[in-house]
Amino acid sequence: MESTVKKNSNTENNTTIKTTKKTSKKMKKFLSYAAFVGPALLFFIVIQIIPFFMGVYYSFTSWNGVSSAVEWIGFDNYKQIFTNDPKYYDSFEFTTKFMFAAVVISNIIGFTFALILNAALKTKNVLRTVFFLPNVIGGLLLGFIWQFIFVRGFSAVGDLTNIDFFQLPWLGDASTAFWGIVIVFAWQISGYMMVIYIAALQGIDTSLIEAAKIDGASLYQMITKIIIPLILPAFTICFFLTISMAFKIFDLNLSLTGGGPFNSTQSVAINIYQEAFTYNNYGVGSTKAIIFFIIVAVFTTVQVMVTKRKEVEA
Amino acid sequence: MRDKYDKKTLFLEIFAILLALLFLVPFYFVIVNSLKSFSEILVDAAALPNKFLFSNYVKVWDILNFPRVFVNSLIITVFSNIGIVIISSMASWKMVRTPGNFSKILFIFFVSAMVIPFQTVMIPLVKLGGMLGIMNSIPGIIIMYFGFGVPLSLFLYHGFVKSVPVEIEEAARIDGCSQFAVFWRIVFPLLKPITVTVIILNTLWIWNDYLLPLLVLQDESIRTIPLATSSFFAQYTKQWDMGLAALVMGITPIIIFFLFLQKHIIKGIAAGSIK
Repeated sequence: MESTVKKNSNTENNTTIKTTKKTSKKMKKFLSYAAFVGPALLFFIVIQIIPFFMGVYYSFTSWNGVSSAVEWIGFDNYKQIFTNDPKYYDSFEFTTKFMFAAVVISNIIGFTFALILNAALKTKNVLRTVFFLPNVIGGLLLGFIWQFIFVRGFSAVGDLTNIDFFQLPWLGDASTAFWGIVIVFAWQISGYMMVIYIAALQGIDTSLIEAAKIDGASLYQMITKIIIPLILPAFTICFFLTISMAFKIFDLNLSLTGGGPFNSTQSVAINIYQEAFTYNNYGVGSTKAIIFFIIVAVFTTVQVMVTKRKEVEA
Repeated sequence: MRDKYDKKTLFLEIFAILLALLFLVPFYFVIVNSLKSFSEILVDAAALPNKFLFSNYVKVWDILNFPRVFVNSLIITVFSNIGIVIISSMASWKMVRTPGNFSKILFIFFVSAMVIPFQTVMIPLVKLGGMLGIMNSIPGIIIMYFGFGVPLSLFLYHGFVKSVPVEIEEAARIDGCSQFAVFWRIVFPLLKPITVTVIILNTLWIWNDYLLPLLVLQDESIRTIPLATSSFFAQYTKQWDMGLAALVMGITPIIIFFLFLQKHIIKGIAAGSIK
């Protein structure tokens, strides 16, 4: 009898030791996970996720940023924006048009540069550096630089050459100001796109190109039928990058045109900034910011899905 | 395509060089006119200066308080980079080495935040920053950059860690190394190529960033280069003689950085985008 009791308590003891060992091992594992992942998670949640959900909440309030009372007003901000805010609507129209023009042009230029630099040029490296150079300058300074080019530089060239292109009012007129921003954006981004396209082109098996050459394919055929299908993943990336950069344009826009003339080139990002920090309508500003988020998310997801499907088909 | 240098290639080369010169024309205008007097700019902006005038630079150097704002930009960029590299490399290594649903979901959580535009979080961030007492301070903005920098950097590290063989780490564990020692002595040095990419991408972003500093840094003494430049332009509208000197000064540091490290930068950008 005694011995069996002893045995029993012994096994009991054993299992408790085992479980504590197990839990302590689990605990240790958890602690080390927390030690490594915790800091990144903490900063990320505090700086991005909490403000994001606060923003969702504020979008249903009439908060003005100063008063401590934040009044819940339901969908009033959303209603007001959708029914009675032509400036916000205009800024979306401008930003969308700008995005399409900017994405198409900067990718065409970037891809063309990449094709040129993929040839056996002697000055290849220098040229690559030059084309990439504008990309290291921030949008704000770039906008000021080009403000000078459009206002003084173009008119000086226009006086010398009498070419109409340089004598346009550029930043002083709504339609040319639009193209002014597109030009500067393309000047800044094309080199970046070029670098991505070059990396993709270098991955192409040269024997395919040789085979096509022997079969007598024209340059155009070679580009559209062989090169582009082979580097479609690069197009997915470049379109994704340019779409999101163009959609969120702020600095360059602000310093180049300031949204003018007559708000014709006001991007959504500027509109949101002004609503919140110039007019102190934090509630409405938050609502605009949430709508902006939804549209950006939908646009980029649809684009990635469409181009990814093309990749699979090709 | 990589064949002999024939006439066609020569024409292509000449064409490309002309294009590159065209690309550089804005720099010509900015530099040349920054050395002129205001009236000379108005007469002819395309011509070379009659006489090189450095007084614009001297004046602007003081107005911008250039050494101060340069150091501010430098401190913010360097410390943000250090922090982002440390926290995102550690997190991504642990996540890759602890397979399972939890790590998977966490990874998706981090990465999906990349679609959130900055403008969506900026308004509440100002409020939250005020509550946390991290507004209007350089350490405060550095902490914010940690939070904004994590998703992309973690994503890049995550992809790279997967290609690092586990065997070396296991051997070190058997030899009795602690987890931290394994990571910092063995794994982290192996991550160097992607660390370079991460630093380059974050440097170009943080150094040139305008909106976050605009919201966070109010005191004149803690302004960054873009902030000082924009308030300079607000004050001295259309005074291009000084304005251009300010722009040349503003872009010089980052251009020097680029020219020194251009090979790494271009490689890093390509690697960072394709992953």
